[in-house]
Order: sequence, then C-alpha cells, then structure tokens
Amino acid sequence: MAGEFVHQKSRVLILTFIFSESIFFAFLITAFVLYHGRSAGGPDARNTLDPIRTGIYSLILWASSVTVWLSERAMRHLSITRSKRWLEVTILLGGIFLVGQGIEYHGLFAKGMSVETDLFATTFFTTTGFHALHVFIGLIVLLIVRGLTVAGFGQEEYQREGFIAASYYWHFVDAVWVAVFFIFYIWGTR
Amino acid sequence: MSEVPVALPVLRKLQRFEHEGGMLSWVASVDHKQIGILYLVTSLIFFLAGGVEALLMRTQLIVPENRFLNPSLYNQIFTMHGTTMIFLVVVPVLLGLMVYLIPLMIGARDFAFPRLNAFAYWMYALGGLLLYFSFFAHDAPAAGWFAYTPLSEKPYSNLQGMDYWALSLLVVGTGTIATGLNVIATIASMRIKGMSLRHLPLFAWMSLINSFLIVGAMPALNAALVMLLVDRQLQGNFFKPAAGGSPIFWQHVFWNFGHPEVYIMVLPAFGIISEVIPVFSRKVIYGYAVVAGSTVAIALLSFGVWAHHMFAVGLGHFLDLVFAASSMLIAVPTGVKIFNWIATMWGGAIRFTTSMWFAVAFLVMFTIGGLSGVMFAVVPIDWQLTDTYFVVAHMHYVLFGGTAFAVFAGIYYWFPKFSGRMLSERMGKWHFWLTFIGFNLTFMVQHSLGMLGMPRRVFTYPNIHTWKVLNFVSTIGAYILGVSVVVFLWNVIASARQGRTAGDDPWDAWTLEWATSSPPPVHNFDYVPPVRSARPLWDLKHPEDTDWERARKRQRNGR
Repeated sequence: MAGEFVHQKSRVLILTFIFSESIFFAFLITAFVLYHGRSAGGPDARNTLDPIRTGIYSLILWASSVTVWLSERAMRHLSITRSKRWLEVTILLGGIFLVGQGIEYHGLFAKGMSVETDLFATTFFTTTGFHALHVFIGLIVLLIVRGLTVAGFGQEEYQREGFIAASYYWHFVDAVWVAVFFIFYIWGTR
Repeated sequence: MSEVPVALPVLRKLQRFEHEGGMLSWVASVDHKQIGILYLVTSLIFFLAGGVEALLMRTQLIVPENRFLNPSLYNQIFTMHGTTMIFLVVVPVLLGLMVYLIPLMIGARDFAFPRLNAFAYWMYALGGLLLYFSFFAHDAPAAGWFAYTPLSEKPYSNLQGMDYWALSLLVVGTGTIATGLNVIATIASMRIKGMSLRHLPLFAWMSLINSFLIVGAMPALNAALVMLLVDRQLQGNFFKPAAGGSPIFWQHVFWNFGHPEVYIMVLPAFGIISEVIPVFSRKVIYGYAVVAGSTVAIALLSFGVWAHHMFAVGLGHFLDLVFAASSMLIAVPTGVKIFNWIATMWGGAIRFTTSMWFAVAFLVMFTIGGLSGVMFAVVPIDWQLTDTYFVVAHMHYVLFGGTAFAVFAGIYYWFPKFSGRMLSERMGKWHFWLTFIGFNLTFMVQHSLGMLGMPRRVFTYPNIHTWKVLNFVSTIGAYILGVSVVVFLWNVIASARQGRTAGDDPWDAWTLEWATSSPPPVHNFDYVPPVRSARPLWDLKHPEDTDWERARKRQRNGR
C-alpha cells in the first residue's frame, strides 16, 4: 500500500535524523577510543573522571527517559494535565544533568584543564560538549511543547505525533549518553 | 484518496499570495516548485563562478612557466573550484531536480515538511555565500577540497580561509541532510494511492537511495569539520602529530564521507538517465527491479570502499587488498545499469532530441570515467598515478561527463515542465556538440598528461614538449566548454521568454509530472490519473494495452 506512513511522517523524519546524528557521535567517540592512552603524563580519563558522581547524574538523565515516556503516554491517552506534570519532571531532570555537567567542567577547568591540554581533554570536551548541546536543544524543544500545552497543544493527532517525535529525540540524547558514559567513564577509567 | 482533494478557500488564498507576493514570494515561499527553481538557479550561478575559476586555472597552464596567477592564488582557486563544484553545484543541482520533481512524480501536493524544505535551501544559499565571503576576508581556503591535515591546520593555513571553508560546509551540509530527511519522509508518507515502491519512477527511487546516502555520509563530514574547527579555534589536538594526534584519522573520517559523496553526486543522475532513455526510445526501461536493486547494492558498498583514496598512505598490504577488492566489486552494480540502459535503447524507436544526445553521451563518458576508476582500484596503478592529472581526468569524466551530461539531459527534458516553454533544439544541438568536443579535448589529454607524470595542483610546469602540447590542447578545450556554457545560458534565457509553448506533455511521456499543466499550478494536480503500473500515463493513453494488464497476463501464463 502506498503512503503507509502518512500519519507518522514526523516519526519517519525523527528516526532518520537520529540515525544521522548517531553516525556523527560515533565518529567523535571513535576519536576518543583511537587516542585512548596516548596522553602520556597529562590528564587522562583515569586521573580526572569520577564515574561515581557522574554516574549519579547519568541515572538522573536516564530517569528522564522514563518520565518523558510517561508524559507521552499520558498525552496519547489525552490526559493532558498528567502529561504536563511528567513533562515538567523531565525538564527538571534534564536541567539537573546539565548543571551536573557544568559542575564537572568547572572542576576540570579549576585544575587547569582545557581543550588544548592534551588528546584526552580535546576528545572529552568535544564529545561531552556536543552531547550537552544536544541535551540543551532537547530541553528547548520540551519547553516549547510545555509552553504550547497552555494554548491547548495535544488535542489534535498531528500535535501528539509531534510530541512523540520530540520524545524520540530525548530518548536519543539519553542513549548517546549511555555510550559516552560506558566508554569514557567506565572503559576509560578501568 | 485517488484525487488530491483541494479545499477551495485554501487554494484561493494561496493563489492570492502568489499574485500579490511578486518577487517577495521567492523569499517567503515554501512551495517545492519555487524552492526547486531557486536551487537550480543558485547552483547555476555557482556553476558560473566555478567555471570562471576553472578557466583561470587553464589560462595559467596554457604555456609552461606562466606568470598569470601567483602560486598562492592558484592554490586558492583550485580549492574554491573543487569545493564549489562539489558542494555548491553538483549536489544542489541534483537536490533542485529532486525537490521540484519528487512530489509531482508521486502525485503529492508538496513535500512532507515544506518549511524544512525552504530551510534547507536557505542553508545552502547562505553557506555558499559564506564560502565566497572568504575572498573578502583576506584569503580563500587553499588546502584543496579534501583539506588534508596537517596542511589545513593553523600552523600551515594560518589565515581565516580554512575556517570559512569548514563553517560553510557545515552550514551547506546541514541543509543537505535536511533535504535528505525530507525526501525520505515524503516518499514514505506522501505517495498517492497505487504508487507502491514497484510503481515508483526510477528518478524517485534513485533519489530515495541517494537520500539515505546523504543521511548516512554527511554526518561523517560534519564530525571531521567539527574536529578541524576545534583544532583551529580552540587549539585542540585531534590531528596534531606533536600531541599524539593522527593526520591519517582526518583522511579516514573525511573519506568515510567522501566516497559515499561520489555516489550522492551520481545516483540522481542515474535516475535522470533512467527517465530520459526509455521515453526517447519509446520502450519500457529494461530491468526496472535490477536498476533499483543494483543501486541499493551501490549504496551499501559505497560505505566500504573509502580507503582506496588512501592507498598512497601505506595502510599495509592486507587493508590495501580488502579495499581494492571492494572497489572493484562496486563497479559491478554500476556496470549492470549501463547494460540496462543500452538494452532499453536496443530495438527502440529512438528520438534524438538534445536531451537524448546528452543521455547517450553520458553512457559513453561515464563508462570511460568508470573504467579509469577501476584502474585506480589496482593498488600499483594507484601508486603510480595518484596525484597526477590522470586523477583529474578520471573524476571529471565521472562528474562532468557523467553527472553534468545527465543534468543537461534532465534540464532539456524537464525545462518544458518548469517553464511551459520548449528549449530551442537548434541551440541545444550547438550546446551539445560544443560541450562534447570541449569536454573531451580538455580532459581526454589529461589522461596522457597524468601518465607522463604531470602532478595535479601545481601552478606551473617546466618546458617539456609533450606537457606543453597537451596542456595547450586542454586549455583550448576548456575555452570551448566556456563557449558552450554561454550558448546554454542564451538558450535558457531566450527560450524562457519566447520558446515554443510546450503543453502538458510534449514528449509523450509516462510519469505523473506530465499529467498536470506546464508549469504546474501551486497545488500541483487538479486530477491525478489512477496509478496501476510504473507508467500511469501510458496506461491512460493506451487503455487497450496497459502495463498492468500485460503484467497480469504474464503472471497467469506463468512467465
């Protein structure tokens, strides 16, 4: 049958976009793996990263994947008020994660580390920086959705489809963080 | 849903916008036809810029030890020529045809995301301006179109040209990805009833596969550009050997984009040829499924051949062999299509219009470029000929003899649809023969120059008799090509004003875009004929002998 995705064009778009973005992150992460262990003497993953503290912030980010799913499910069932509450929780959790990363960056800067220090610093700041940028953009999208619900967003099917697409994007930034956390913070510091 | 339902009030509003919009509507429009025209016109302007750069280079090389351009300016010009032609001409001209034609071919009102479509075009236009602004910011980039590190790093390219180059390609590339996503979503969700994937016109098929290549390959370029910018602007270490970084890593990431890019620049051209040849041979395409399927094979293989650009690096015997084998393998599905097109022409009642001339010339020129490409898959030949004029000849046979000829075939074929008027066939024949002769004079001799050892990207050369003669011939060919472009421009401008009126379907063609008026109304179709085969208009015109009935009979007879 032709046009089978006519009601799901937002989802087709966001899934192909996620495929594209995954490849972008794959190359940045490859750079870290390739250069791992080449920062002799300078800061590297083992002597700078704290998997415990960042692990807690990671759990907060991953929890936001659950809450955005709850929000999206509530919207599909037309319980807009409940959807709004879960959306607010999601935005809060994403915000906490970004603050956590800010604190981590601040600590590294205080130790005199910056992009130019060595290969580890270059790959670390580039990858986590671009991830943070994606989280930040995701937060803006979720805030826009939250703002639109004031004007009755969620009554029409295409609007709900749009929110589903936004939630897929949010799952994607969380999934990228799974890769980054396990490769940079666990494999890198072992 | 057999006809596109058009709400009358909406239609009136749109028409009023069209009339009152005037010039402003070109900036504000989200109509895929207007955006398609913008793509085509913008890429034509950049084509002229890139062409002038080519002529400057050929003028510098007309005699040995010439002092027309200084070495630094020459480096900037060949970098700008390559970057312009690849990112601002070949890819966007194909995107322009895709943007204009795909909704018409699948019987849709517009793209799935019209505003994203406009966004993508403006990213392209402004990104192109960003690249050319580098001329006003002291210097243009000068490290070649693939910007190998460490040459493109701060210590060796310390002015801002490289930064403009990287930023411009990030902007242009983002627009390209947006169009790729949009094409996929559009073909997935906007096809009219009956337009199954087995009935999709081959141009739309090639565009769909092309879009997957864009979506998969452009992020590699974006990643490479981001890393280069971090190195240049934030003193990062990605490609700096002193800090342990690897310049070879740039080559891997860049060619992970770069080789699929080669197919991004040719798959829609295959699509054009697959539309033009059947119509002017009055025959169904030979092996529809094979043409589509072999293109999927090309797309998958194209991600596994990148290191054949890097044989000279010294990756080791084993890797060289792997990539030599995969590079030869990818020639098979490409060669298969050449036979499909020849078989389509075989026994057909061929009409030699200008469009068909360009399509037939495409077959020959592209085959020559393909054969010299297979030669490069043989590692020792690559070692001997890499970075010589043989490479320049090879890639121009693929990109000019291949894609540009196909685009001209497409322009002569679809111009009546775009404008409502025919391009002049008499001027078209002049255009074709000047292009054909000029192109072969310019680039055929460069094969010999490369074999004689002349390196590419040198601003001048010593007074060696054979080099001198061949370079002179090549430059004369380039001037003839320059004249051919003037003839083409004249033809387009004159025909757009006072060409013969085309009517809806001047070529007696078979795909849906010919079912509406020329140029199509804003809403594309008042009525879309039923789609029951890959040639809906044939079925409409020949109810006694339809494709779908013939297919059903064949199935019943077990053949």
